[in-house]
Amino acid sequence: MEENKNKSIIDKIWNFFASITLAVVLFALIGLTSIVGTIVEQNVAPEKNLKLLAKFFGDSNAPAFYKILDSLGFMDMYHSWWFIGLLLLFAANLIICSLDRLPRIWKLAKEAIKPLTDEQFKNLGKKELVLKGKPDKVKETVGTAIKHAGFKFLEAKEATGYQFYSEKGNYTRLGVYITHLSILLILGGAIIGIIFGFKGYLNLPEGKTYSVAFAPGGFLSREEESEMEAIIERLQATEGNAKEAARQFGVDEKTLRTKMKRYGIWPLGFSIRCDNFLVDFYKGSNMPKEYRSWLTIIKGNKEVFKKSIVVNDPLTYNDVTFYQSSFGMVPNAHGEFIMKITPKSGAPETRQMHRDDKFIIPGTDLQGTLKDFSPALSFDANNRPFTFAEQMNNPAVFLEFSEKGKTKYSGWIMKRYPQTWGLPDGHTVEFVDYWGVEYTGLQVRKDPGVWVVYLGCMVMAVGLYITFFMSHKKIWVRLLEEKNSTRIIVALTANKNRTALEAKTDKMMALLSKSDGGGKQ
Amino acid sequence: MNSSTLFGISTMAYILAMIIYITYLAFRNSQVGIAATTVTIAGFVSQTIAIVIRWTEHYAQWTMMSPESTFIVSVLRSAPLRNLFESLIFFVWCLILGYLIIELKYKTRSFGAFVTPIAGLALAFIDISGMSKEIEPLVPALQSNWLLAHVMMSFISYSTFALSFSTGLMYLILKTDKRTESSYIFWTVTSGIFIVVLFAMGLDYLSFGLAIKTPETLIKSYLFKASFLNKSVAVSIFSLLIAVAFIFMVWKYGHILKKIVGSFSISAEMLDEITYKSIAIGFPIFTLGGLIFGAIWADQAWGVYWSWDPKETWSLITWFVYAFFLHSRLLRGWRGKKVAIVAVMGFIAVIFTYLGVNLLLSGLHAYGSLE
Ligand code: HEM
Repeated sequence: MEENKNKSIIDKIWNFFASITLAVVLFALIGLTSIVGTIVEQNVAPEKNLKLLAKFFGDSNAPAFYKILDSLGFMDMYHSWWFIGLLLLFAANLIICSLDRLPRIWKLAKEAIKPLTDEQFKNLGKKELVLKGKPDKVKETVGTAIKHAGFKFLEAKEATGYQFYSEKGNYTRLGVYITHLSILLILGGAIIGIIFGFKGYLNLPEGKTYSVAFAPGGFLSREEESEMEAIIERLQATEGNAKEAARQFGVDEKTLRTKMKRYGIWPLGFSIRCDNFLVDFYKGSNMPKEYRSWLTIIKGNKEVFKKSIVVNDPLTYNDVTFYQSSFGMVPNAHGEFIMKITPKSGAPETRQMHRDDKFIIPGTDLQGTLKDFSPALSFDANNRPFTFAEQMNNPAVFLEFSEKGKTKYSGWIMKRYPQTWGLPDGHTVEFVDYWGVEYTGLQVRKDPGVWVVYLGCMVMAVGLYITFFMSHKKIWVRLLEEKNSTRIIVALTANKNRTALEAKTDKMMALLSKSDGGGKQ
Repeated sequence: MNSSTLFGISTMAYILAMIIYITYLAFRNSQVGIAATTVTIAGFVSQTIAIVIRWTEHYAQWTMMSPESTFIVSVLRSAPLRNLFESLIFFVWCLILGYLIIELKYKTRSFGAFVTPIAGLALAFIDISGMSKEIEPLVPALQSNWLLAHVMMSFISYSTFALSFSTGLMYLILKTDKRTESSYIFWTVTSGIFIVVLFAMGLDYLSFGLAIKTPETLIKSYLFKASFLNKSVAVSIFSLLIAVAFIFMVWKYGHILKKIVGSFSISAEMLDEITYKSIAIGFPIFTLGGLIFGAIWADQAWGVYWSWDPKETWSLITWFVYAFFLHSRLLRGWRGKKVAIVAVMGFIAVIFTYLGVNLLLSGLHAYGSLE
């Protein structure tokens, strides 16, 4: 008695989770609540959403509504307990529903096809054709035609002739389950990523080497800030080896890691250096075409890997991936001007120099002085130079040339305008780069779950293909003996896209009747 | 002839075809039917040529500004699918292609009157919203083959969803009788709102011309300003009343449409079948191209395959509506009208994913305003 009752409760729970009704309710619930998250801006300063709410409910009511929505988690909705709960419910629904139905579907797929009885032949839709000759004579032709249509078949001898029967794509019935499995894989991969992954950033100046990345952090006090800097410094010195850094601090690794987590410091376990960063522009315009960083990975003081990255083509080392995401100028940095000097008759020479440095054009008495710099110089309509941006869109240097103490000429040399590189005497000075003043903004990610997600995506593609574009087809062909001729009766079923199978069968019948010299239907 | 002239011709042709298809629906004269198909095909051909021309224009610009690219990269990066304008054009092209295939396969022209309005609406929207038709160089984030595949497949699936929307709506028209029936109210109100919105946008267009440049200014200072959101309270109340009255009329006289659709040789079963088949083709394409390829692109470009920004979330909502559709067919008593309502709502979600998010909500990758 007791046991019976227990069982019925378990049964009830099972049935609840196995029902399609729950699935449809969950589709609707997840869909509808998601809409809220696209209207209320997620993870932004409260003022933004307060303003939004004020529009709907008035200034005086907005704070109260904000409070309610905030306490329900709507300001970070997709990570709130109830939304994650809905997703888990959805996963449970999917698993139990599939388990519930799998045995029956499996049986349908495994069950071998049998010849049809007279009764069954009557009930299934069928097509007929009469061929000349006895069944024994036409048997061969009919068999070939069936094979031609892509079916391997079995045959049974019957009282008045034969029956051929065949099926294809039994296991395509499982396509739906493959699709459902893929959803679980994707959810699983996402969970692995959330638990074991890291998502952060690193603003890496040209020429600098870092062994840590950063997660966006909260507000820190003065002492905390100096502690954080000490930890960063130690990790930098140990190539991001937390164990070694902890040893040097004289604390155990766990304590250090807790602190690092608090400050949003993430050790890379190796070092990364930015050798150069450049923006490439479309020819003849100021539209950026490419952001490129030249990166070097260093481990054990050795350069182990080099790659230049652009948006859409990241660098991966040790499962940590670096994405080109932004760039900017390092405040108060003093970089190096890299100039390529080619005398009128002579080989080019590359020089690094600073502001007010002097240099000689090789083989001449001509002396240049680097007087001034602008990050983005262009010419206006009257051919006068002007600075049009704060970023290094078209860096330019002002050079002054003198010979034997007498000033000869001066002017701007611009990186992107080759027409400004030539000097009146036929020498060229190319402004190659102003190096060491920009940083490249890298997005840093480690996500061990991403491969599970991608696997899930592939499985889903396969599953959907099977579900929608393949089917379990069965056909039965009966050869009935009549006076000096054979009546061919074809019956067929398909769990999907029956019309396609019918078209195929019609083609097969047409072929047969043609080979017979035009039999009558 | 340049591409914009040809696009103009195709827009005119589709709008003309819409009128002829509707005439055909009313008079059932086979010559009118042939004329409708001919005009549609003419529009389709001119649109195809226009797309090819635009592609070569992009190609010329790309090779000029970026001479070091290989041929294949240049061709791919020049695909005319890079902004709102071009993607709407591609959507209409797919939709008309899909429609012509159905016309041929099912040997009936009666869907024409329901599909060509969507094409005309989309193309008219381009002009009304005054969206940019300029050829601009591709910013770095958009230089991705995944993105190309993503956009292309999304729009192919959107066009199949648009077809299922039309057939779903026709199914509802055909199958509902009583004015109090919820399915009847649903279809009359939905189509009523559709027509009202279109009409209000036409009014905006007539009263403001092409003064605006971006979708943002459209929504802020333009959309419905000639009607519901007019400075004058009287005008806005009056337009609201007219709109309500119009929707009421559609509700009141909707059965006339039913008579017209019913007088055709299309059965409700066939409509149901086409609705299902279009979604059965569109759903896998949308899943793969719209969701998966989009996620791969985001992963490559930003290192996050899913970030719950409004565009992504709305794609997911759309996906859920269609999953709802596929599964609700398995529920007892859910064949027919209820399922058709879900199909109609699915396409409304598509429209919102595509236009609503761009116009009403801003997001990390609101299409066309990418960094
Ligand atoms: C977003 C998630 C889901 C997707 C993409 C999905 C996909 C599909 C697809 C494509 C089909 C085939 C439909 C057809 O042939 O018309 C299907 C069938 C089905 N789904 Fe789902 N599904 C999802 C979630 C669920 C859930 C949560 C359940 C739990 C009850 C479920 C239960 C079923 C069942 C029972 C079938 C019918 C299987 C059969 O015909 O033998 N699905 N699903």
